[in-house]
Amino acid sequence: MAEVPVNTARRRFLTGSAVAVGAVGAGFATVPFLSSFEPSARAEAAGAPVDVNVGQLAAGQMVTVAWRGQPIYVVHRTPKMIETLPSIDAQLADPDSKVATQQPKFADNFYRSRKQEFLVLIGVCTHLGCAPTYRPEVAPRDLGPEWIGGFFCPCHGSKFDLAGRVYKGVPAPTNLFVPEYIFTTDNLIRIGVAEKQA
Amino acid sequence: MIQKLGKWVDDRLPVSHFWNAHLAKYYVPKNFNFWYYFGSILLAVFAIQIVTGIWLAMNYKPSAAEAFNSVEYIMRDVNWGWLIRYMHSTGASFFFIAVYLHMFRALMYGSYKKPRELIWIFGVLILVALMAEAFMGYLLPWGQMSFWGAQVIISLFGSIPFIGPDLALWIRGDYVVSDVTLNRFFALHVIALPLVLLFLIGGHIMALHEVGSNNPDGVEIKTNKDEHGKPLDGIPFHPYYTVKDLFGLGVFLFLFAAVIFYWPDGGGKFLEAPNFIPADPLKTPEHIAPVWYFAPHYAILRAIPDKFLGVLAMGSAIMILFFLPWIDRNPTKSIRYRSMAFKITLFSFVVAFISLGYLGTQPVTYWTTLFSRIFAFVYFGYFFALFVVSRLEHTKPVPERLT
Repeated sequence: MAEVPVNTARRRFLTGSAVAVGAVGAGFATVPFLSSFEPSARAEAAGAPVDVNVGQLAAGQMVTVAWRGQPIYVVHRTPKMIETLPSIDAQLADPDSKVATQQPKFADNFYRSRKQEFLVLIGVCTHLGCAPTYRPEVAPRDLGPEWIGGFFCPCHGSKFDLAGRVYKGVPAPTNLFVPEYIFTTDNLIRIGVAEKQA
Repeated sequence: MIQKLGKWVDDRLPVSHFWNAHLAKYYVPKNFNFWYYFGSILLAVFAIQIVTGIWLAMNYKPSAAEAFNSVEYIMRDVNWGWLIRYMHSTGASFFFIAVYLHMFRALMYGSYKKPRELIWIFGVLILVALMAEAFMGYLLPWGQMSFWGAQVIISLFGSIPFIGPDLALWIRGDYVVSDVTLNRFFALHVIALPLVLLFLIGGHIMALHEVGSNNPDGVEIKTNKDEHGKPLDGIPFHPYYTVKDLFGLGVFLFLFAAVIFYWPDGGGKFLEAPNFIPADPLKTPEHIAPVWYFAPHYAILRAIPDKFLGVLAMGSAIMILFFLPWIDRNPTKSIRYRSMAFKITLFSFVVAFISLGYLGTQPVTYWTTLFSRIFAFVYFGYFFALFVVSRLEHTKPVPERLT
């Protein structure tokens, strides 16, 4: 073999470009692996609406149903509960439901629901996802004399009122989430359906 | 015959080289005390977790429908299943006990300082991987605490601005913690993270054997060598420390067995009561508390009244450890030759860590929140105080040789 002078610049370029192309290829090869962590088609499909009959729900009581695997709280509020709602506005972080992501347009009122007496919430604390406990009693020993009823998160002590509005100075940053729902009849709530689709 | 076979292998595989380099001719300071047991103990616990884990995987079913029952099946019907499971669950807690004591040793004797920064960094990486491993393992029994613990921890990622919600969804693979999450955590717990841990432990030990061990005096034994190049204050790891470590391991296993046989739930600390109830996605237990080894970090999280800042503080509590070799600016390694100010800062840090660990398991009240804030302040204060103290303190003269 004849002696050919080594062209180091060309070698370095070829090695460099081969490495670069290889790195891009390896980068693309990670896409299926990372993307496979995303919810599968089946997980995405499982989200059918749920019906709740509130005809039998006594005033002051709450039922919990599952929708998309999450707890949905449906509370039948007493007139007394609704009356006292505005009285604690000063203690709340977002009394007027200004954070638009937390409720559909129709719940943009002080009672945060379609009908005043029925409250529908996703029972997932906006802090770290625990299910807050329904605490309708007034001034229980553990929650203090100013408690007028609401939801208390056992995990980190976040407090919400009986419209799911968050108190100031608790870890949860926003009000509890109100899902899309409609009344198909007077007593039947269909959760997971917006008005137009009905 | 045996010798011939040995030589045949040794000519093809560096067995005797490895034996000498890491054991028989690996010189270690002669003054190791109690605190130096935990490295070898950790290796043993790691081995126990691997072996018991393989056996558990033979009967465990990683699906939301079957997981809880398959654990009960292991406990009741599989021959010796209860023992293997208790070894694994107790092993997790003992792993952290040993890790925290091992790290405390490093804080006392300055084992993270030059030239051992990388050993320390590998160590913190092992801690992080171990926390991930333990967290994912805790979901597998699919009890109430498994479920809600995972729900809370995954939601932590959701609080990161912009990418958070998508990241949490990506980790769960579903809109809630579900069968999908359980199945992937199983894969990560039994394959991915043990492999990561194995590599990190390998790096930790390789870095250690490159520079050699620190010791309670913080004196480098390699600076004083005899005419053969052996450290004057060093003794070969084998047989001296293999025998010592075996004794330590014996005592450790005695305690380990005592817990397995007489106290397997650790008084509700190693196995929490709500985890004997199957996961219910609609109902959070009245009082959810992390397992004890996560409690200090959890208390820091709860101490901060803002969601993202709380998560940030909790993450920083771990991340700040990576910078310790550069935060402590004093070249004197061992606590034996350092000032009273250093001793007080270290003592406060230990008190804060243990107190946070207690507070993290307690329900939220005015007082627990107040004290969590105070001790979280002390926890982070340690690093700031150390930065200042290490520059200003008057240290005692460090001897030339081991004492």
